[in-house]
Amino acid sequence: MANEFLEPITEQTFYLNMGPQHPSTHGVLRLFLKLDGEYIVEADPVIGYGHRGHEKMAESHLYEQFLPNTSRMDYLAGLIFNHGYVAAVEKMTGIEVPPRAEYIRVICAELNRISSHLLWFGTYVMDLGGFTPFLYSFDDRENILDILDRVSGSRLTYSYCRFGGVSRDVDDEFITATHQFIERLRSRWDDYHNLVTKNVIFIHRAKDVGVINREVALRFGCTGPILRAAGVPYDVRKAEPYSVYSELDFEIPTGTKGDALDRYLVRLQEMEQSLHIIEQALERLPDGAIKAAVPHKVRPPRGDYYFAVESARGAVGFYIVSDGTSYPYRLKARVPSYGNLQVLTEVLPGTLVADTISILGSIDIVVPEVDR
Amino acid sequence: MSLEDLKEKLSKVVEPGDMVPRDYEKDGCLLEIKARAEQVEAVAKAALEADCFLESIAAVDFTNGPQIIYQFNSCTSISRVLVRVQLSRGESVVSIGSIYDAALWYEREVFELFGIRFDNHPDLRRLLLPEDADFYPLLKDYGKVHAFRSTEDIYGE
Repeated sequence: MANEFLEPITEQTFYLNMGPQHPSTHGVLRLFLKLDGEYIVEADPVIGYGHRGHEKMAESHLYEQFLPNTSRMDYLAGLIFNHGYVAAVEKMTGIEVPPRAEYIRVICAELNRISSHLLWFGTYVMDLGGFTPFLYSFDDRENILDILDRVSGSRLTYSYCRFGGVSRDVDDEFITATHQFIERLRSRWDDYHNLVTKNVIFIHRAKDVGVINREVALRFGCTGPILRAAGVPYDVRKAEPYSVYSELDFEIPTGTKGDALDRYLVRLQEMEQSLHIIEQALERLPDGAIKAAVPHKVRPPRGDYYFAVESARGAVGFYIVSDGTSYPYRLKARVPSYGNLQVLTEVLPGTLVADTISILGSIDIVVPEVDR
Repeated sequence: MSLEDLKEKLSKVVEPGDMVPRDYEKDGCLLEIKARAEQVEAVAKAALEADCFLESIAAVDFTNGPQIIYQFNSCTSISRVLVRVQLSRGESVVSIGSIYDAALWYEREVFELFGIRFDNHPDLRRLLLPEDADFYPLLKDYGKVHAFRSTEDIYGE
C-alpha cells in the first residue's frame, strides 16, 4: 500500500584491513579498521612485523658492538639515533668529546634530519596523488646521501659516531658540497611552495584533517612536529640542549591548530632552521682532534641513566641500566613514533577512509622504529 | 608547570622519604620516586595534574623480582621524574591506561616482554610479538644474556 514504508535498513559495520602491505603505510604496518560505510568507527594499528629485539640484543653485546644497531631502528634518521646512543654512553662514562667532533656530529645530524624530512615531503605528497614533488625532493635528498656517503661510508644506516668522536674527519670537499647543497635547497623552496603548499587540492586534503591538539598529544606522549604543530614549542635541542646546540641560534617552528597542514608547514620550516644550524656550525667548525682517547672497552659506573635527543620525528631517549661491566644490563629505547602512531586510535574514528592516508602520511612514522 | 609544582602534587601521594633527588648533570633525571604497586595510579594522576606527559614505561628484570620504571616529563620545563616500582615475581600492577592513553601500548609491551600483568587494562594483548608467543623474551632467564643481578648489585640498596 502506498502509505506503508519499509523498515529502515539497520547500518552494519564491517572490518577492513589496511596493510600490512599498503603503499601508504611506508613499512609493514597493518591498520585494522572498523567501518560504517566510508567512516571509521574504530582503528587498531597492528605492529610488530619488524620486531628484531634490539633491546634483547643489547644485553649480550658490548657497548661498542651495539653501535650499528642504533641506526637500524629508525633508518631515516639513523645518524641521530647513533648520536643519541653515543652521547648517552659518553655521559655515563664521562668521556669528553673534542669540539670539532661535536660540530661535525651536529652538521651531519642536521643533514640527516633534512634528508628524512625531504623523504617524508615527497612520499606524503605522492600519497595524496602528486607525483612530481616526489621526484624533486628525492633529487635534493640524493645530494645529502652523497655528502654523508663520503664521510660515513654508508647511504642510509650510518654508524658514523664513535665513543669520544666520529670515525672519519671531514675535508674541504665536504664543506664545499654542504655549502652548495644549502644554496640549492634554498633555491628550491619557491618550487615546493608553488607546487604543493599553494596547491588547492593539497590544501583540501590537509587542512582541518586529523587534528591533534595539545591535550591529546600530551595524553599520548606525542613529540616532535606533531606536538609542535599543536602549538607546543617543545624540542629537546632547546629543552635540554645536548652537544653544541646551546651555542647555535635557531627557532622552533610551531603551528596553531594541529591539523595535517600545520604538521606539513612545521616540517618545511624545520628544514630551513636545520640549514641555518648547518651554516653556523660550518662557520664555527674548529680545528683539532676528531676523537678523544677512550678505553678499548667502556665500563660505565653502576646505576641507571637517561639521555634524550631530538630526531626527525621527536624525542628519542636511551634508558640504560649499567652493572659496571662492559655490557649494558638493560637498554630501553624510547622512540617517538610509538606515541605518534598510537594517537591514530584517537584521531581516526569519525574520519573518512580516504583521510586515513592523509593523516597517516602527515604524522610521518617509521615502522621499524616502533617495532625495534 | 615546573618541577616544584610536580613535587608538591607528588608529596600528597607518596612519603617524603620516597622522593629522592637525582643529579641531572650525571644521569639526566631530576627526581626519583620509590613507589609501591598500589600507589602507581595516584602518582600518575598527580603527574597529569602537573601537566606532564608519560615519556616511557620500562621494566628491568632482577633476581629479586622485576622493576617497572615509569618516566614522566613536562614539555614546558625540564622535569624528568622516574617512578620506580619494585615487584615480586608474579605480582601484578594496576594499569594507568585510563589516565594516560600512552600507557596502553607501553603496558602491553611490558606484559609481553616480561610477563607482568596489568590489572584493569582494557586490552592486554601482545603488541610486538606474535599472538601465540608463549615466552617472555626480556626476562633474564631467556636466551643469551651477560649477567643476572639483584637490585643490590646495581643500586647498592
